[in-house]
Amino acid sequence: MKKTVGRLYLTLVLIFLYAPIATLMVLSFNSSKSRAHWGGFTFEWYLGLISNEEIMDAFRTTLILAFLSAFIATVLGTAACTGMQFMRRRYRSIIMGITNIPMLNADIVTGVSLMLLFIAARVSMGFTTVLLSHITFNIPYVILSVMPRYRELNKSTYEAALDLGAGPVYAFFKVVLPDLMGAVLSGFLMSFTMSLDDFIITHFTQGPGFDTLSTKIYSEVKKGINPEIYALSTIMFLAVLILLFFVNYRPHLDKENVKK
Amino acid sequence: MKDSRNSLVTAPYLLWSVGFIIIPLIMIIYYAFTGPDGSFTTRNVGDIIYFVNMKALMLSIALSLVSTCMCLLIAYPLALVLTQVVEKNSSLMALIFILPMWMNSLLRTFAWQNILERKGVLNGILVFLGLQPFYIINKPPAIILGMVYDFLPFMVLPIYNSVSEIDKDLINAARDLGAGSFQTLYRVIWPLSLPGVISGITMVFVPSLTTFVISDILGGGKILLIGNIIEQLFTQDSDWNAGAGLSVILMIFIVISMIITAKYDREDG
Repeated sequence: MKKTVGRLYLTLVLIFLYAPIATLMVLSFNSSKSRAHWGGFTFEWYLGLISNEEIMDAFRTTLILAFLSAFIATVLGTAACTGMQFMRRRYRSIIMGITNIPMLNADIVTGVSLMLLFIAARVSMGFTTVLLSHITFNIPYVILSVMPRYRELNKSTYEAALDLGAGPVYAFFKVVLPDLMGAVLSGFLMSFTMSLDDFIITHFTQGPGFDTLSTKIYSEVKKGINPEIYALSTIMFLAVLILLFFVNYRPHLDKENVKK
Repeated sequence: MKDSRNSLVTAPYLLWSVGFIIIPLIMIIYYAFTGPDGSFTTRNVGDIIYFVNMKALMLSIALSLVSTCMCLLIAYPLALVLTQVVEKNSSLMALIFILPMWMNSLLRTFAWQNILERKGVLNGILVFLGLQPFYIINKPPAIILGMVYDFLPFMVLPIYNSVSEIDKDLINAARDLGAGSFQTLYRVIWPLSLPGVISGITMVFVPSLTTFVISDILGGGKILLIGNIIEQLFTQDSDWNAGAGLSVILMIFIVISMIITAKYDREDG
């Protein structure tokens, strides 16, 4: 009985979370451009999408930005965590405190502060400024993912590698990094997702003629969103859903190998 | 662990965080306390006493308090259910809460327009069922709904993490010693989950207080929150000093909410 109530509640929340997503998916097949009523089923928006340069450009920019910012953030963040292992506790907690600032601060304040920085430095706003900003808000996700893993790590393997004549760099890549890989990867994925979904910080650090999907959508909210964007979002969403489905099934095999 | 040269690999991040976190924050404070000619002034921060700004700030505080409470009310039972239904570290959690992020959050918020509209999906269903339609679009309740929708995962995940970490033996011990479900929840689970609750509250309150996107999309452009005013000052009016002044006010609220939560965290945690 209690379990049924629990499952019912979970289902209700899931409906709440997924209702807008379902709505957008339905709209991507709606042949009427006005979103108020259903005009019949169509693939028009999916076909039109391919030749819509503006949307495809914004889509490419979004992906490149997400990949680059997540990658650079992952390298910087993992290096930072590694270095912090050799630091005194006090310095480490100061750095972790600074790391928490972008996480706890409001996006609008972060965005505005970076905008003021770029204005003061007389950098013209565009891809570079947005990339720098995305790296900045992504690094904390990497650090907060990698740091806990370092705490669990068996430090003697690294020292053993050194004793056996490996250099610190070689020992890091051969012994430490493989153990960290899971956390590094999840930091990367988290960063990628955050960058992909960001609007506010991009909004303040972008220049004219630069668009990600988010800023494109925002500029279209008032005049009506092109249904081709619904089509693109539906494709992206389904792609990730399928990917997650496959990733979900693989760990089952891995787990059996690990549980010796 | 003695070679201090190794700690040098932190240096690039340290430089980065000084350049892109610390200095930008100092820039806000600098702009907030100077006029266009660079002379010291408290006028920008003082602008908050204007009726429009004050009204927006008060509305922001009210709406974000309500949405934070609603998130907590929805999320806490949900976290309890999830710890029973979902295996630990299962990717189902990611499926439920991270996956929606792959549909652009602006679009998802925008989709609520369709659902809530006068002749939208929800009213269609209500009328079909013979119930009264309701109209909340472009009104504060629609903004609250948008906030709850957008930020609910930030409340659920920390609470789920702290609840799932509670030792099952403690709960069993409470039961063995004669505590009922409610007493176990109130005396054992709730106090132990408090760190998660508090971090959830900050993670929902701050973005709700400072949003300008949700009020733009679901408020029909007529309801101004403090975030909308700051956004307009920066992007439309290019009045960076005034914008920075109000941002400092916002930062004060963020810091206050952090101090309150940190204090609770120490007392109970």
